[in-house]
Amino acid sequence: MLKQTEGSHAVAEAVALCRPEVICAYPISPQTHIVEGLGELVKSGQLQNCEFINVESEFAAMSVAIGASAGGARAYTSTASQGLLFMAEAVYNASGLGLPIVMTLANRAIGAPINIWNDHTDAMSVRDSGWIQLFAETNQEAADLHIQAFRLAEELSIPVMVCMDGFILTHAYERLDIPTQEQVDAYLPPYEPRQVLDPREPVSIGAMVGPEAFMEVRYLAHAKQLQALERIPQLAAEFRTIFGRDSGGLLHTYRCEDAETIVVALGSVLGTVKDTVDEMRDQGVKIGVLGLTSFRPFPLAGVREALQNAQRVVVLEKALAVGIGGIVSTNVRMALSGIHLHGYTVVGGLGGRAITRKALHHHLGLAIEDKLEPVSFLDLNHEVVERELAREREKRRSGPMAENILRDIGVVAAKIS
Amino acid sequence: MSAETRFGRMKDLPSTHLLGTGTAMCAGCGGLEALHEIYDVLGARSVFVNAAGCMTLLSVYPFTPFRGSWLYTSMASAPAGAQGVRDALDLLLARGALPPEEDLQVVTLTGDGAAYGMGLSATSSAIERGLDFLYICYDNEGYGNTGQQTSAATPHGARTATAVGGHVGWKKDLFAIWCAHRPAYAATVIGAEPLDLARKIEKAMKLKGPRLILALAPCPTGWGYEPRDTVEVGRLAVKSGVFPLKEYEDGRVTHTKPPHPRAPVKDYLRLQGRFAHLFEPKRDEATIAEIQAAVDRYWEGAG
Repeated sequence: MLKQTEGSHAVAEAVALCRPEVICAYPISPQTHIVEGLGELVKSGQLQNCEFINVESEFAAMSVAIGASAGGARAYTSTASQGLLFMAEAVYNASGLGLPIVMTLANRAIGAPINIWNDHTDAMSVRDSGWIQLFAETNQEAADLHIQAFRLAEELSIPVMVCMDGFILTHAYERLDIPTQEQVDAYLPPYEPRQVLDPREPVSIGAMVGPEAFMEVRYLAHAKQLQALERIPQLAAEFRTIFGRDSGGLLHTYRCEDAETIVVALGSVLGTVKDTVDEMRDQGVKIGVLGLTSFRPFPLAGVREALQNAQRVVVLEKALAVGIGGIVSTNVRMALSGIHLHGYTVVGGLGGRAITRKALHHHLGLAIEDKLEPVSFLDLNHEVVERELAREREKRRSGPMAENILRDIGVVAAKIS
Repeated sequence: MSAETRFGRMKDLPSTHLLGTGTAMCAGCGGLEALHEIYDVLGARSVFVNAAGCMTLLSVYPFTPFRGSWLYTSMASAPAGAQGVRDALDLLLARGALPPEEDLQVVTLTGDGAAYGMGLSATSSAIERGLDFLYICYDNEGYGNTGQQTSAATPHGARTATAVGGHVGWKKDLFAIWCAHRPAYAATVIGAEPLDLARKIEKAMKLKGPRLILALAPCPTGWGYEPRDTVEVGRLAVKSGVFPLKEYEDGRVTHTKPPHPRAPVKDYLRLQGRFAHLFEPKRDEATIAEIQAAVDRYWEGAG
């Protein structure tokens, strides 16, 4: 059914249609509207047979989800940023135990300094934890990916994280197609756990394992992700037959035929990137876009196939691997082993800094001439950085960096331009 | 004895030995002693959610001493894990997939390291939510599994691997912390007093909601005494008044075995290597007197 709704609320409705049995709620911006929405749906009776638990921390949220999932219940939670870091131990445990929990990550920067705005640092911090990570480009896709996530998680018995850009998606209102219960029921069968704390057939879950078996258990997590590489496109195709639209899949190319330059990105920024590429195409530049929906598993073969005929690849990253540069680009390079093309990492959008077409035109223009630095930063104010470095050279007690920079640029509140 | 209990005398105690043997616990483990006694009363219709500690090593694939299921989530979040398991069981009950008579007691099993320290937030929150679970803490007054470092349960004066001159702080009062939450039930127990222990487990099982069983767990390895002396050390902990056996119910604390007369605390301290520096090479009268005074003050206040 078409309706004008907020991204968070659409996700809440989509999750509710999946009939979760335990929902662990803890507030942290920008995901809060999702659990609030689910709380309302439980209270109003629209979502029945569901325990909605207000917990004391994200660490508890994931721990309750682990207990519930091990007990045979379909479990869901949602978090962002520092919340994900606080639950990090349980995040690894959920995947290590092979429990099909679904979690929304409303992508947000990680402090310090404290920042509530969007980037991908949180998701990237647990990219190797064993969770599947799917990135939504639009709110429609965010809602749809949750329905696919429960199916994928439960088929493979591994947890799935659906990443959606904080504020840009979570707080945006637009017209979305909310599926019917019949459609979701046709797509998502009831949860059949692979392991369960069954009163009649007791098991131990999570006991210590030594060197004799640990590697195999850990490898199995990898093997399941490789299975997911097969299943994700199939589930997207099946989704299309029931719901009548394309959502999900591993990756998507846009105007890549004959492209000499291909921009790789994840999430909502793909819209801006595509607009920029359209404008460059109008000017005769042979440029295309590769959008990654699945970051874990990383579709090595698909990325290779999409990029192998290009001359250069520009990876636009909303996270910074401090001390080296790019995270996504490192992964892209693994896909390009033996293929020689120019690779550029452009880090942008950190802490909610707007990624504008103007800035993209500038960087992509340089890339096309192969004049771009291997690692560059979109709209970074180098002058301000230099001033702070100079201050630190001059004076031992130079004070808090963030405050110094805010004094230099003359604003005391978040500025988006 | 009151008609409320089926444990009138020692002969009434179950000798089922329900908890399997051959675990990796140390010889003479006071925590395991208490757990054996608790499990015999509790029965097999239980599911354990373990916090990291010595007793995480009870279940080592493919072995387990438990008759029922067992789950490890993480050291600091066992009560949250228990919440999820309880919720899942409630859903089964509501759906009719689990008959009420087959319902399980959800039990959190934790050492003092997690209970007094990093797990306190998860515990406090589970009590606040009214979680229907039994919370068993085997308190050996230090991080026993890693070699007896200081924990928030370490008593004043005790030597630990991280307090070689003796712990300068005082043991945190976990029982009082629980009581401040107004739980359904809270009790202290010790394996060396099995009748008192059995009656408390029996009572706890009749109640719903958050229930604490705080078991002092004499630890030959960490406390420095011969494994055969576990019962003796435990009895002296009670007789000296160092470890009051008590229970909380309906807002009231009752002492179930007040020591009359109290043995001097030095009799209890002397048995243990962790207090040896208070006696040898030079007697530390001041510290011994401080510990005695703290015990005396407690019992004066207890009326």
